Amino acid sequence: MKKIEAIIKPFKLEEVKDGLSHMGVKGMTVTEVKGFGRQRGHKEVYRGAEYQVDFISKVKIEVVVDSELVPQVIGLIQEKARTGQIGDGKIFVMPVETVVRIRTGEIGKEAI
Amino acid sequence: MNAGDTAFVLFSSALVMLMVPGLALFYAGMVRSKNVLGTLMQSFIMLGIITVTWVLWGYSMAFGPDHAGIIGGLDWFGLKGVGMEPSADYGSTIPHMAFMIFQCMFAIITPALITGAFAERMKFSAFLLFAILWATLVYNPLAHWVWGVGGWMAKMGALDFAGGTVVHISSGISALAAAVIIGKRRGYGTTAFIPHNLPMTITGAALLWFGWFGFNAGSALACNGLAANAFVVTHVASATAALSWIITEWLHRGKPTTLGAASGAVAGLVAITPASGFVGPVSALIIGGLAGMICYGGILLKSKLGYDDSLDVVGIHGLGGTWGALATGLFASTLINPHGGNGFFFGNPGQLWIQFVSVAATWIFAFGMTSIILKAVDWIVGLRVTEEEEERGLDISQHNETGYSF
Repeated sequence: MKKIEAIIKPFKLEEVKDGLSHMGVKGMTVTEVKGFGRQRGHKEVYRGAEYQVDFISKVKIEVVVDSELVPQVIGLIQEKARTGQIGDGKIFVMPVETVVRIRTGEIGKEAI
Repeated sequence: MNAGDTAFVLFSSALVMLMVPGLALFYAGMVRSKNVLGTLMQSFIMLGIITVTWVLWGYSMAFGPDHAGIIGGLDWFGLKGVGMEPSADYGSTIPHMAFMIFQCMFAIITPALITGAFAERMKFSAFLLFAILWATLVYNPLAHWVWGVGGWMAKMGALDFAGGTVVHISSGISALAAAVIIGKRRGYGTTAFIPHNLPMTITGAALLWFGWFGFNAGSALACNGLAANAFVVTHVASATAALSWIITEWLHRGKPTTLGAASGAVAGLVAITPASGFVGPVSALIIGGLAGMICYGGILLKSKLGYDDSLDVVGIHGLGGTWGALATGLFASTLINPHGGNGFFFGNPGQLWIQFVSVAATWIFAFGMTSIILKAVDWIVGLRVTEEEEERGLDISQHNETGYSF
């Protein structure tokens, strides 16, 4: 099992979510996050005073899937979240040791 | 006694009372979220403190029997003799108590205006002490000079319909003294002080605009044509200033902002305040239009001069009030108010000089007395919170609360 974390542009969330649901991913966790990469931040002006805002809003999607599904999930996120502009985000993949469904006590793949 | 006038003045008093929470929201939206309650509290608690001091000695000092044109005596301490019958001098058609409570609301909002200058860093105990001393030693004498029978500015012929000098110049210039003496916020120049909730600020500005009809129209002390004129010019100036502010920043910075629209509206309200009972609608267009530009410029000035007037009390109330007081000397007309006077553009250049003298005296008095009070309070309890308290925020360090919890 792997966990896939994708940091994407917020307005792409719907497309990514629909795509993942469509391919059979049964759940996901979504968080509003702030950060910066190569895109850096932007400027905001309040009563003429200019501030550099380094952290910009992104959405982080976390899904845990069977290892075989990983290439498909990555491909889908890349396809749906891409605009071609700087700041499209990143995808991280990491191993998951185990999963437990709290209600039933199922362990491993059945619990995903 | 007139029932319509009485109802109008009582209702206007309630409108001005609503400006205080309006101001609290206006300011609180502009600070960081860790200071939202501390900022709300500094305005809100003025309803408590100043009401008590006003009843005890404030009203008597401001409007009681005159001593040498400088101050009212304590003959009316505890509102002794201020009853249900009209006073001989203040509002001949309404109960003396109605006039007193209307003026009470003005006394409450004025020190609350200053709080924007030292937002996010003043100790609450020091603030309370400052507010009591300031109301007693700055506001009460000034109100007497301008509105009290026998006050020297009134005798000189200075025109101030609803408080341009008493309320706005005095708070704006005291704010300058406060910003300089208390010093900058921690991290000034390196940290971004981004407003945490601008919708709150816009809501506050809207309540201020609404309440200001009571402030200015109510100052006619009667439900008559002059009140209608004050109502109309108040609205016109606020509208024009909101527009002129966003146009100015659009040209200067490339984008019109909601904070700019709210700030401009308040700047227009400030500027028209002294003039509202003496000028007509076209003059109000000019006063408001220039107020938006002047106050926008005033706000840019603070970064050049290097004081941290956190929420721009100097730029908006100090400069807006000064412009309004001088503009009254330019645009006043006896066609609007036969008991007022004519200004520069209506054949009486002398009025502008009188207005200038009243402005200069208010600047000097407010700056000097506020500086003395702040130094004294600093010596007694210390003005600022500690660095650690400032970092944690006023909400938790001064009040043991947080504004937003999940």
